[in-house]
Amino acid sequence: MTDFGAAFQAAITLVLDWEGDLAEIVSLSLRISLTAVAVAAVVGLPLGAALALFRFPGRKILVVLLNALMGLPPVVVGLVVYLMLSRAGPLGVLGLLFTPLAMTIAQMILITPIIAALARQVIEDLWDEYAEQLQSFGAGPGRAVTALLWDARFSLLTAVLAGFGRASAEVGAVMIVGGNIDHVTRVMTTSIALEVSKGDLALALGLGIVLVTLSVAVNAAVYLVKDAAQKRQLA
Amino acid sequence: MSDRSKADKGRAILPLELRDVVFQAGGKKLIKDMSFTLSGDRTTIVVGPNGAGKSLLLRLCHGLLAPHAGQVIWHGTTRGGQPGNGSDLAVRRHQAMVFQRPVMMRRSVAANVDYALGLRGLSRAERKARTEEVLSHTGLAGRARMPARVLSGGEQQKLALARAWALRPQVLFLDEPTASLDPAATHALEAIITAIRAQGTRIVMTTHDLGQARRLADEVMFLHRGRLLEMSPAERFFTEPANDLAQMFVRGELLWWRRRKERDPRHDP
Repeated sequence: MTDFGAAFQAAITLVLDWEGDLAEIVSLSLRISLTAVAVAAVVGLPLGAALALFRFPGRKILVVLLNALMGLPPVVVGLVVYLMLSRAGPLGVLGLLFTPLAMTIAQMILITPIIAALARQVIEDLWDEYAEQLQSFGAGPGRAVTALLWDARFSLLTAVLAGFGRASAEVGAVMIVGGNIDHVTRVMTTSIALEVSKGDLALALGLGIVLVTLSVAVNAAVYLVKDAAQKRQLA
Repeated sequence: MSDRSKADKGRAILPLELRDVVFQAGGKKLIKDMSFTLSGDRTTIVVGPNGAGKSLLLRLCHGLLAPHAGQVIWHGTTRGGQPGNGSDLAVRRHQAMVFQRPVMMRRSVAANVDYALGLRGLSRAERKARTEEVLSHTGLAGRARMPARVLSGGEQQKLALARAWALRPQVLFLDEPTASLDPAATHALEAIITAIRAQGTRIVMTTHDLGQARRLADEVMFLHRGRLLEMSPAERFFTEPANDLAQMFVRGELLWWRRRKERDPRHDP
């Protein structure tokens, strides 16, 4: 209990002081996670919709694989991205290892399957309902995918939020490819891991509380936007 | 608009001819060697007991299902026809279909109509004008900005009809559009169907309601267990149908006969 009390105190102090270091860590964490979510949504939503609509040989295997990839171990992703970006790796020449971009790539790889798999289920359910009508209208596959993504947008926000949750809480992969370098690649989760290893549990818990608060704030903001949009539609 | 689109726009798709069409599912023939021709600008009502294949027939004609054998021919062109004669999609663009359970997109009433028109390549101004026109004709103008899904069942079916009407189809397929509606809503929908028909659209509609068939039909097709047993002008069908089963159906005795036959397979009308 003492630890929790100290943690809350540390968290409040951290937020109130809002020192440059904390602002930098929070800003970098959000920038990396939100960029990864945005890119993963751009890739994952159409991918999920395509898997929901199109029938082709091997589709079922792809669906099972995509569902399985939702549980992709972050350290494995981190290791693979590390090997790809390391100097001896095929993309080593780009010099991305231990940069925020490498961390974004790792997070994107982790959450794209989550967004795509959840989107596939949402779109498939809607397609079951819409299929005959859209075919009757003469909608081609591209127009059908666009219509489904738009009409399912509120449900798909949940898929995107699930991706954000995974990205913001992720530590293994970003630690491997980012290296937790101070002022360069240090984010909330890697800072927490570092403080724990140093024995500063209060500060680690304080950072954890800030991280959870941020996550709740982002989810609340999205919920409010979604709610307002739905209400406007009902008005 | 491309030359091809212009050509498609002015093109007549009737007559519709079915030649020995077979459709099966689970190894069972649900439509059996069906042949007929639809032309002119009449209203054809397809009647028959449950399981006769009425809805399947409409889907085959509209191109939502492909026959396992036989041909569906629009204006002398087999579906999936030769290059230059127009594709399935080009033919379907001159048709519309309203389903028994209306599919309401998760949009406003007006956006539901607008979406269908957008697929036909109409400009924003044309879409807006046509949307307002059909919503006004169907009594939904006051609901234009409401989400389509909060409408009542009757209003949703009106919207489905309005959406189809906005497309100005040459042929409109209606699959039991009033099946789950009360008499007032049924009457309102029949008035809309009559108005669409008056603008020159060929109506092909299924129904269980013989009273409705009498009110709307110029021509009746009677289906039983996947076969077309009779196709005749409405007046003749309701006064002196040629087929024995059609006679029993018109008298409301077909169900009794079927039950008796199930008990005693030797019995035949």
